[in-house]
Amino acid sequence: MARQPDGPPPPPTVQKLRLRYTKRGPLRFASHRDLARALERALRRAQVPMAFSAGFSPHPKISYMGAAPTGAASEAEYVEIGLAVRCDPEAVRVALDASLPPGIDVLECVEAAEGTGGLAERLDGTRWRVDLADVDPAELSAAVDQLLAAKVAMVAKRTKNGTKDVDVRAALVSASVAGEAGRAILHVVVRQVTPTVRPDDVLAALAAVADLHPPVPPRAVREAQGRLDGTGEVTDPLEPDREAGSRCQGEPQPV
Amino acid sequence: MTVESLYPRLEPLLAQVQKPIQYVGGELNAQTKPWDDVAVHWALMYPDAYEVGLPNQGLMILYEVLNERPDALAERTYAVWPDLAALMREHGVGQFTLENHRPVRDFDVLGVSFATELGYTNLLEALDLAGVPLHAVDRDETHPVVVAGGHAAFNPEPVADFVDCAVLGDGEQVVGDITDVVAAWKDAGRPGGRTELLARLARVEGVYVPQFYAVSYLPDGTIGAFTRTRDDVPAQVAKRTVMDLDEWPYPKQPLVPLAESVHERMSVEIFRGCTRGCRFCQAGMITRPVRERTITGIGSMVDTGLKATGYQEVGLLSLSSADHSEIGQLAKELADRYEGTNTGLSLPSTRVDAFNVTLANELSRNGRRSGLTFAPEGGSERIRRVINKTVSKDDLVRTVTTAYANGWRQVKLYFMCGLPTETDEDVLEIAELATEVIRAGREASGSKDIRCTVSIGGFVPKPHTPFQWASQASAETIDHRLRVLREAINADRRLGRSIGIRYHDGKPGIIEGLLSRGDRRVGRVIERVWRDGGHFDGWSEHFSYDRWVAAAADELAPFGVDLDWYTTRERGQHEVLPWDHLESGLDKEWLWDDWQDAISEEEVADCRWTPCYDCGVCPTMGTEIQIGPTGRSLIPLTPVGAGPRPAAHAH
Repeated sequence: MARQPDGPPPPPTVQKLRLRYTKRGPLRFASHRDLARALERALRRAQVPMAFSAGFSPHPKISYMGAAPTGAASEAEYVEIGLAVRCDPEAVRVALDASLPPGIDVLECVEAAEGTGGLAERLDGTRWRVDLADVDPAELSAAVDQLLAAKVAMVAKRTKNGTKDVDVRAALVSASVAGEAGRAILHVVVRQVTPTVRPDDVLAALAAVADLHPPVPPRAVREAQGRLDGTGEVTDPLEPDREAGSRCQGEPQPV
Repeated sequence: MTVESLYPRLEPLLAQVQKPIQYVGGELNAQTKPWDDVAVHWALMYPDAYEVGLPNQGLMILYEVLNERPDALAERTYAVWPDLAALMREHGVGQFTLENHRPVRDFDVLGVSFATELGYTNLLEALDLAGVPLHAVDRDETHPVVVAGGHAAFNPEPVADFVDCAVLGDGEQVVGDITDVVAAWKDAGRPGGRTELLARLARVEGVYVPQFYAVSYLPDGTIGAFTRTRDDVPAQVAKRTVMDLDEWPYPKQPLVPLAESVHERMSVEIFRGCTRGCRFCQAGMITRPVRERTITGIGSMVDTGLKATGYQEVGLLSLSSADHSEIGQLAKELADRYEGTNTGLSLPSTRVDAFNVTLANELSRNGRRSGLTFAPEGGSERIRRVINKTVSKDDLVRTVTTAYANGWRQVKLYFMCGLPTETDEDVLEIAELATEVIRAGREASGSKDIRCTVSIGGFVPKPHTPFQWASQASAETIDHRLRVLREAINADRRLGRSIGIRYHDGKPGIIEGLLSRGDRRVGRVIERVWRDGGHFDGWSEHFSYDRWVAAAADELAPFGVDLDWYTTRERGQHEVLPWDHLESGLDKEWLWDDWQDAISEEEVADCRWTPCYDCGVCPTMGTEIQIGPTGRSLIPLTPVGAGPRPAAHAH
């Protein structure tokens, strides 16, 4: 039998909170592990009563999901935390936001509603905005049209176990171009597949099918993350919790 | 003067390098001040990668002390990895600080902390990236004053050509004195240029300006004499000592990085100095006397530090933490205070002593029980008498067995190899010890699930120690002894499986030895190695022994000396050593006598508990031992778990 530490087991999780937070400015260079460390320390500084796992190395109950890659900014990162004492979600949001470094801003915090399913299952698409300095929108537009017209667009991705080919075209839900002369902006909606198709991969696909090579490293921002609706739009993943929460408090149900 | 931020030009480069977060700053508790609000601008550098440099206590202390002054600001800079360095050169971006990405070139002072000599090539790389001339004599009054500190600065001769000043001893007060001198000189319109500034700095206690001292050599290659080239600088430069550590409770707001670092915990220095008298230990020799922080001082630093950082582990640092006069009470009261908070308390490696197991049990009550580390340092009782770290084999086995019996599954033992007078037999006893420890431990714990890790490093003789005259063991000797040790441990498979062995080959130690006991002539070797692409010498993937050997052969030949001359050669009693004009307070005659005692295996006691044995430090420096017990206890603060929280709500 596995050894167990002496003493009573840690208190159970009594409440789950789901948070949306950002990765802005220079902190876009933080990796998902950097963010995890920052978040765990901020939770301690803010004295949020976390629930812990049992065992010799107790860990706070935190579920990370769908982290944006190192170098990409984000307005929509999600995490779920388990508490050992019930707290007001807004009070947790304010306390945690104040104790995190500027650039990691906690925008929303809602209580996970029973019976609405896991949060990770609701994160099946991302809307990215990619800024391409020194690229003309017309040039980008032509390249995007070529990519959308392609049946497949394979790019090689580096993964833990060597390189793996992934079809960027299959994961691409929509793409549009905006901007002005010398500064093109690409908007793409990408479906969550394995391995994940990231902005780098979309750019690699544009290079492959249309020979587009931005002279300056492009800057990507994850604008939204959530469930893809029938029209290919990304919807708010916290909406089911919010809806269930307002019903629970006796407020009128939406018609 | 407006100083531009390099960030806009740096940012596109960061998208192309590994672990870019280490270059953006913005750590919790980092401080920024407007450039024009202060007279003196310090860039503080730890000459290694960010992950190693950020947790450095010395740098963090000086960072806060300087930033608390209204007339000064301090920002930090670390060694940049080759991938970014190449891009910075390509795009003309200079070495920068993290707080505001200001060019290091524009600061008044560049303070570099050398915990180890293996950072020297990284200093040259940073100077070059910053656009500061490598040689002190080529700099003008617009360049920063390059100041070296840290333990390696007790023999700065190998980097004498590259630094403007070296600071000996504790930095807390001397950085203020240097700031005063620089501020007054700038305010007066920089009279006499850089030379006058350096002359003024040379008169600050603890500050050594190498360019004002000339060296002559004898026909046999040894040093003839050090001579002052100006009358207004001291003939001998003495170290600085901070008394009453409670008055210097730094760092108050330890820096918390986003990036991963080598120490994912905060540290509180519980005392400085050590009088155990381990003969190999430079730190223990040059930081005398012992000065304890009081139990209440420590308690309040732990409290403010945890609140300011959110760390869940606190290291109680010092050279021999279990020797604090109130350690038992401290351990108990801190463990009581943090009960139920998942806060771990830890000691660095300790002496082999059953009491230390009790301490560790107490400290780990609330946190993770990772493993216990003891440092017997020498394999045999005989060699432990030579190094003055006496513990009998029976005591060692009994202590480690006690640890296993108390539920610790993992014990680490630190040893050195290549000690003076050492033979293969001394090192082979490590294998006997380890197997005996496992056999007894399995019996005591009733479990086969225990491990002992033997960590062994090659000994490097250091300046200002009784072993400063010793012959360093050659890389071949070290490698041979490590090989026979490994064979001996692996001979019994049933026990050997429970014993891990960690070691480094002997080559890096030889280069560390060259840099530790080198003189000014070694500077040419360092420069040559850097020009040939050498840097990050503390990292095995970057260190090139062959490059160092080739550079040493070429650059030292004109002087009639070589690598062996600096490393494996035993020095005579009357040889002038490159650091003789730098005063650690230790009496050279006492050091020599202690060296002779080492050879004849005679021990010396700890002067905390036994009468003074006249090492010379206290009378020379006007200092004294400061220890408790104070009789005070930790005020029972509000238990942390019951502190203010985000409002709970009833549902």
